Amino acid sequence: MEGRKLRNMFGPQARSQAEEGRNTMSQAGPVTETSNQAGEAALARRAKTIETKEVNLYYGAFQAVEGVSMTIEPNKVTALIGSSGCGKTTFLRSLNRMHELTPGATVKGDIELDGEDIYGAAVDPVAVRRLIGMVFQQPNPFPTMSIYDNVAAGLHFNSGKISKSEKDAIVEKSLRGAHLWDEVKDRLDRPGSSLSGGQQQRLCIARATAVSPEVLLMDEPCSALDPVATLAIEDLIGELKKEYTIAIVTHNMQQAARASDNTAFFNLEESGKPGRLIEIGPTQEIFTKPKQQATEDYVSGRFG
Amino acid sequence: MTPPADNAAALSTRSVLAGEGGRGGTLPGWAPYGAFLGALVFCAAVEAALGWFTIALMLAFGALVAIVAIYTWSRAVEGRRRAKDRAVTMAIASALGLSMAPLISVLYEVVKRGVQGLSWEFFTSDARGAVTGGGAEHAIVGTLVITGCAVVISVPIGIMAAIYMNEYGRGPLRRALTFFVDVMTGIPSIVAGLFAYALFELFLGPGIQMGIMGSIALSVLMIPIVIRSSEEVLKIVPNHLREAAYALGTPKWKTIVKVVLPTAFAGLVTGVMLATARIIGETAPLLVTTGVVSSLNANPFQGRMQNLAVYAYNEYRSPGVMKQASYDRAWAAALTLIAIVMILNVIARLVYRRYKTEIR
Repeated sequence: MEGRKLRNMFGPQARSQAEEGRNTMSQAGPVTETSNQAGEAALARRAKTIETKEVNLYYGAFQAVEGVSMTIEPNKVTALIGSSGCGKTTFLRSLNRMHELTPGATVKGDIELDGEDIYGAAVDPVAVRRLIGMVFQQPNPFPTMSIYDNVAAGLHFNSGKISKSEKDAIVEKSLRGAHLWDEVKDRLDRPGSSLSGGQQQRLCIARATAVSPEVLLMDEPCSALDPVATLAIEDLIGELKKEYTIAIVTHNMQQAARASDNTAFFNLEESGKPGRLIEIGPTQEIFTKPKQQATEDYVSGRFG
Repeated sequence: MTPPADNAAALSTRSVLAGEGGRGGTLPGWAPYGAFLGALVFCAAVEAALGWFTIALMLAFGALVAIVAIYTWSRAVEGRRRAKDRAVTMAIASALGLSMAPLISVLYEVVKRGVQGLSWEFFTSDARGAVTGGGAEHAIVGTLVITGCAVVISVPIGIMAAIYMNEYGRGPLRRALTFFVDVMTGIPSIVAGLFAYALFELFLGPGIQMGIMGSIALSVLMIPIVIRSSEEVLKIVPNHLREAAYALGTPKWKTIVKVVLPTAFAGLVTGVMLATARIIGETAPLLVTTGVVSSLNANPFQGRMQNLAVYAYNEYRSPGVMKQASYDRAWAAALTLIAIVMILNVIARLVYRRYKTEIR
C-alpha cells in the first residue's frame, strides 16, 4: 500500500510534483538540513548518559558478566573491545533491556539513563528501547517492507498516526543522516533486501535513528561488511555522535582506534568464568599507555 | 584388479584417478535404459513361460532384475564404486516410478470415467425428485459451504494457537500442547464426526444434522494441521527480525502482527490451503453430521447438506433406476473434487510465489 502511494509520489510521471513537495518541505522545517548544514564541530543536541553500577548478567545459572561499572558519555563514541565470549555483546544488550528477551536471562545491578534506573519497577522495557536504539551485527531490514517502510517502521509501529508529509520528512532526514539518501531516493519503494550489505546496514542505522532515540547501541555493525562499506559506516558514526550517545562493540582494533572517543576493554580470566571490565578510558590512552597489562597485551595483539 | 605396481607412473596415476577398484571403462549413455528394458523383457519372458503374466508383476520384478543387471554390468566394465552408484540410482528411479504409478493410474481412471458423467445438468441441478437424471449442484455448493465454514473456524484458531506455541509458550504447558496437537492430527475422522454429532445432540436433541456440524467436525481435523504447518513457518522467521523490531521500541504483539506474520504470510497461506485440500474430501464425519440429502441447501445452520464425497458414496451405494448413470455421476463427483483440490493447490502456489519473502 505504502509502495503504491510512493510510486505516485516519486514515480517519473510525478517527479516534478515530488520535487516541489520536497522543496517546500525543506523550507518548512530545519529537520532535513541537520547532516548537511550543521557545522562540523557543533553539537546538534546533547544526548543522554548511560551509567552502570556493578552490573552482573546471567544466562540461567551461568554468569556471563560480572561487576561492570562504567559511564557511557553523551555525544561520544564508546567502543567495547575484548576477545570473543567475554560478554561485550551481552553487556551491550543489557543496556536497552534486550538481554532479558533471551529465556532465562537475568540482570543484577544498576543501569541508569541520565540518572533514571532503566530497570526500575515502573519502567516499561518497550519505552526504554524507544530511547536506546540498536544496530545489529547482521544487517536485518524487514524483508516484507520497502526501503521507505523500513525507515518508517518504527514510526509506524509506535506512534500511531502521523501525517504523510511528516513521515516523508523523517524518512528523508534519517536516510540523509545515514548517508544513504542519494543512493536510494529514486527507488524508495523497492524492497530493503534489494540493497547491498553495506547499504542495508546503513538502512538499519536510518531505521534506528528515525525514531529519534537518545542512545545508539551497535553490535559489531561492520563485521559482515567489506572495508569500503566499513569506512562509510565509521564516517557515519563520527557524524551521528553529534546527535546521539553511541556504544559500539567491535572486534576490529583499528576500528576502535579510528572511530571511538572512549574504549572499554573486557576480558575473562578463563572460559566458563564471567567477563569483567578491565579498563576504560580515552581511546588514545587505552591504545598508547594502558594502565593494565592485559589491556596492553590485547591492544598490541600479543593476546592468546 | 589394480594394474601391477611395476607399470609406468602415468598408468598408476590413471588407476588412482579411476577410483578405488576402478576398471577404467565406461558404459554407454543408454546403458541404464537398456538394462531396464532388457530386464523387463527378461521378466516378461519368464512370466510367460510360467504362465502367469501380469504387467504389475513384470514391472516390480523387472526393477529388481534391472538393479542387479546394471550392477553386474558396470562392475565388470567400470569398477566397484561406479557400479554401486549406478545400482542405487536405478533403485531410486525405480522407486520413484513405482510410487508414481498408482497416482497416475488413479488420476487417469478418474478423468476417463468422470468425464462421462459431466454435463451441464451435473453442475446446474440438484437431485430432488430425479429418477433418471439429476445433478450434483447441491453437493458442490454443500462442499464449498461446509469446507468454507470449517476454514473460517480453523484458520484463526489454528494460527493463533501456533503464535502462542511459537512466540509465547514456554515450559510444560507448551510441551503438553505440542503433544496434544500431535495426538489430534492422528484422530480418525469418524471420531471427529461423532464428536460434533454428540456436541450438537446435547443441545438440540437426537437426530440433528446440519452443515455447520460438519464444519465443526472438519475443524477438529483441520485445526491441528493448521497449527502444525503454521508453527513450522513461524519457526523459520529469523529471530533477528523480531529483535530489530524490539530495538525500535515495538511491543511484542505489534512485532508479531507487523513483522512476524507478514514475513511468514506466504507459508501460512500455503499451509492453510493444503489443510483445506486435506479435509475437503472427507466422507465419514459428514455422513454422520450433515447427512444425505438430494436437494440444494446453502444454509449451514438449517437442515441437512450434501457434499461431493458423500454424494459419490451415495450414488454408488444406492444407484437409481439407471445404474450406469449413477456410477458415472459418482465418478464425475470424484473428478470435480480433484479439480477443486487442484485449483486450491494452484492458488497456494501462486500466493506463495507472489508473497514469499527472501529469508536469510
